[in-house]
Amino acid sequence: MNKRLLGAAAAAALALGFAAAAEAKTLVYCSEGSPENFNPQINTTGTSFDAAYPIFSRLVEFGPGSTEVIPGLAEKWDVSDDGLTYTFHLRKGVKFHSNKAFKPTRDFNADDVVATFNRMWKADDAYAKVSGGAYDYFNDMGMPDLLKAVEKVDDNTVKFSLNKPEAPFIANLAMDFAAIHSKEYMDAMLKAGTPEQVDQAPIGTGPWSLVDYQKDAVIRYKVNPDYFRGKQKIDNLVYAITPDATARMAKLQAGECQIAPYPNPADLQKLKADKNLQVMEQEGLNVGYLAFNVEKKPFDDKRVRQALNMAIDKDAIIKAVYQGAGKPAHNPIPPTIWSYNENIKAYPYDPKKAQEMLKEAGVTSLSTDLWYMPVQRPYNPDAKKIAELVQADLAKIGITAELKTFEWGEYRKRLQAGEHQMGLLGWTGDNGDPDNFMGVLLSCGSARPGGQNIAKWCNQDFTKLLDEARQTADQAKRTELYMKAQEIFHEEAPWFPIAHSVVYMPMSKKVSGYKVHPFGTHIFEGVDIEG
Amino acid sequence: MLRFLLTRVSLVIPTFLGITALAFILIHLVPGDPVEVRVGERGIAPERHAQLLHEMGLDRPWWQQFLSYVGDVLQGDLGISLITHRPVLDEFLTLFPATLELSIVAVLFAVAIGLPAGVVAAVKRGSIFDHVVMGASLTGYSMPIFWWGLLLILTFSVQLHLTPVSGRISLEYFLEPVTGLMTIDALLSGEEGAFRSALRHLILPSIVLGTIPLAVIARMTRSSMLEVLNEDYIRTARAKGLSGRRVIGVHALRNALIPVVTVIGLQVGTLMGGAILTETIFSWPGIGKWLVESIGRRDYPALQGGVLLIASLVMSVNLLVDMLYGLLNPRIRHRR
Repeated sequence: MNKRLLGAAAAAALALGFAAAAEAKTLVYCSEGSPENFNPQINTTGTSFDAAYPIFSRLVEFGPGSTEVIPGLAEKWDVSDDGLTYTFHLRKGVKFHSNKAFKPTRDFNADDVVATFNRMWKADDAYAKVSGGAYDYFNDMGMPDLLKAVEKVDDNTVKFSLNKPEAPFIANLAMDFAAIHSKEYMDAMLKAGTPEQVDQAPIGTGPWSLVDYQKDAVIRYKVNPDYFRGKQKIDNLVYAITPDATARMAKLQAGECQIAPYPNPADLQKLKADKNLQVMEQEGLNVGYLAFNVEKKPFDDKRVRQALNMAIDKDAIIKAVYQGAGKPAHNPIPPTIWSYNENIKAYPYDPKKAQEMLKEAGVTSLSTDLWYMPVQRPYNPDAKKIAELVQADLAKIGITAELKTFEWGEYRKRLQAGEHQMGLLGWTGDNGDPDNFMGVLLSCGSARPGGQNIAKWCNQDFTKLLDEARQTADQAKRTELYMKAQEIFHEEAPWFPIAHSVVYMPMSKKVSGYKVHPFGTHIFEGVDIEG
Repeated sequence: MLRFLLTRVSLVIPTFLGITALAFILIHLVPGDPVEVRVGERGIAPERHAQLLHEMGLDRPWWQQFLSYVGDVLQGDLGISLITHRPVLDEFLTLFPATLELSIVAVLFAVAIGLPAGVVAAVKRGSIFDHVVMGASLTGYSMPIFWWGLLLILTFSVQLHLTPVSGRISLEYFLEPVTGLMTIDALLSGEEGAFRSALRHLILPSIVLGTIPLAVIARMTRSSMLEVLNEDYIRTARAKGLSGRRVIGVHALRNALIPVVTVIGLQVGTLMGGAILTETIFSWPGIGKWLVESIGRRDYPALQGGVLLIASLVMSVNLLVDMLYGLLNPRIRHRR
């Protein structure tokens, strides 16, 4: 047996785990970057969320590989009839991790929930300003306006009171930023004068605890034997930070890691052909689209918009630009979200019909602008190329499009101001709720200048359906309403939806139980590895 | 010598100020700010944007930010990273040993191969060996590092399983960072196989990083040797009957080395500035990659601190080289 002369007791335990190779299972994940820190409350990047995910749990969570909300630290919850009060009944006997500087003296309880939310919400909280104090997602999801109170009822019950009924609220609590921290740890670190340790060396209730982070190199976790869903099969979880995509795939093929995300699309063939590897795929929770600004003629005429939907060759774009890593889109939400309306048929590619419809609408010669973003986005690998392809298709039916772009921040601002006639953009979902797409991107409220409805399309029937769906927590009822809304969207055609990008996850055949998470987070709960 | 040193040292302060000012200006000329770059499609309310910038102290006038920064630096405070919220100096010191280790090994590789190759090419001028060396060095100099590195990985690591793909040491070894140099730490830990693993992980990255310096050193040595070999004193030495080896090894090489040492010193300075591409491909956690990522994230304190620290290193190395040059070449030492 190896004798290790290391200071850290945790390291020694980990070392023993490695040494007894026959028993301890190690999973190496080749991650694509370094985390900013380990607190999802203050992070915004997927890379940082990935690094924190093994450590924390939330009140509710997204089911494996799905956008459905399932119990987490809360076993069950009640929603009042008026939709304003959510009462969470917390699991008993959940244990927090320990580390060199901290050992919990009690189990998880309601105090931890209140302390977690107060940090993000109350400007005068002792922790509010720690590590920069920017709680981006808590703010972006509208929580400060939505929350009226977060109160402990008793040790195992927490009550959230809202200012207005908002059915997607429950999905917000399943997001990364709502990870539950240990109040005891926060108090201890504050007392020791090192509050930032809460963000650098975190304590959670998750399936693994953090052992060590070698900056830009390796993150090591060890299994939490007391995890409330059961001790995981992987004893040692290791993230090997490998920023270059080709190097990541090389490591996978050489067996130095077992799971590696974000392959180059050009490498997919080779990876799929490798006998030792399996490649999982799933549509991302996103949509890329070309919006028509309905406030500018002739885009106010729905016949023109429908015609344009038939004038552009979507499949050619998917082949040329997405290189197969994209599924054609025709609804405003991706198929991974519940209430996706499968009955809607996409507009066919029919330039002749398009030309006829345009003539009918009295549009003979049209010159327009066509905005594209200068950066790569998850839903759009090369906006300029897409714009060029669209420009060519439009030219075939007698429409001249002038390509335009700005620096990303500027671009977004101007699109939101409605300066464009046609503009490319997209959206990545936050919480898997249909309202997070349709409400944010297509409601009347968002059509104001500066709002995210860049088609500036305000349809009362559509918006009314969304408002109703937000007020009730009954998922069956909501599904019905959203399906109707998608029909209106299809008919009115404020966008030319382009694609939902597809996420590919290559991994060793020895790995089983891995589910691709629609949100893009890489989750290892439930994963096992052979041998 | 003393006067030489004093002159050089006195130039340090204005140089530093100049570098800091230049870095500051260039960094702030890049459009966007640390808040802006994190914002996705949703955008951000202008008030919140302004508030976050205010909390970072980025809404003060430029000259005020600059003076406040210089004041802090003079007290040894290089600021806090806007992204990780850890002190910039700590981040630099954590990552620098990796760059140092890689640079040293890369230069050793470049010198060990480049120097003899250049000497032999000069001595056997016009021969096949000479042509091969010159051709190879031209190729090495022109080759894109990224492509070269990935080619080596795909060949030697994936196909032939001779070398590891990336990283500094095999993941089974969890070492306490004592010096930060993986090879030394591996030796100190006493673990079986750790030192060997650290060395194996250095092979490909140091070859890739050392390729261009190798090419430069080989050419420089060759041309310098050719010049020296044409000198009168070499003809005299030969006429005196000294063996070829002694003429070349003792009389020619010592003189030929002078410009080569300067070049080697400059190469070290360049390499210590962070081998961004090599570090990215081989997942080598050094300062080059850190700096480039800081640009993308608009981490101003990290960028300014990083540039300042690297500039100090390069200046120190150049100073050393100049002193070494003086030692090697008595004519410089005794001038005036």
